[in-house]
Amino acid sequence: MSILQPRDEEAVRKEFQRIAGPVKLVVFSQELVAQDLCRQNEQLIKEVAALSDRISVEVLNPVVDRERAAAYGIEDVPATVVEGARDYGVRFLGIPAGYEFSNLIDSIVAVSSGEASLMAETKSSLATLAGDVEIKVFSTPT
Amino acid sequence: MRLAQHMAIASERVTATAIEATEFPELSQAYRVSAVPKVVINDRVEFEGALPEPQFLEAVLRAAGEPVREG
Repeated sequence: MSILQPRDEEAVRKEFQRIAGPVKLVVFSQELVAQDLCRQNEQLIKEVAALSDRISVEVLNPVVDRERAAAYGIEDVPATVVEGARDYGVRFLGIPAGYEFSNLIDSIVAVSSGEASLMAETKSSLATLAGDVEIKVFSTPT
Repeated sequence: MRLAQHMAIASERVTATAIEATEFPELSQAYRVSAVPKVVINDRVEFEGALPEPQFLEAVLRAAGEPVREG
């Protein structure tokens, strides 16, 4: 049974018309740790990816693919990296459902062009950052 | 998460991770998440609820130890 309803698929397809370049969704799954969540996450990500031929999916196991997981800084599962021409540092920990689903779709479109929708002042301030900034956003599906 | 992910795209210095709080109870507890959305930057600056872009940026700059322009 699919997670996305036909109505959802139609809305996402419409958003995906704005995809400007290839996007890779790198999914980290480890069924021994969180079987149900990892399976649901993989299914959701694959259903989303199927809505555009510009999106590819790679599924990795953080234990088997230890170096890749370390390179992406992934320590928990399920996790999804949204990658465009490069790794912009956009990650989803847990199933991106509810509010986070629209952010997943928005991030896919944004990384496809590498264009951030921010005010010019924000962009110029961020350009001067001398140190690394790690932003965590906790949310719930409803 | 929207602003955070766009900031990550704009700057190589910034990463943005959306965390589903109910699926990661230990992590949520460690960061004392009681209301969502809760934003934690560099484990130093945190706030609950959505902030407009200028205030969100200010929080990012403060967390990074950058001078924050007043006003």
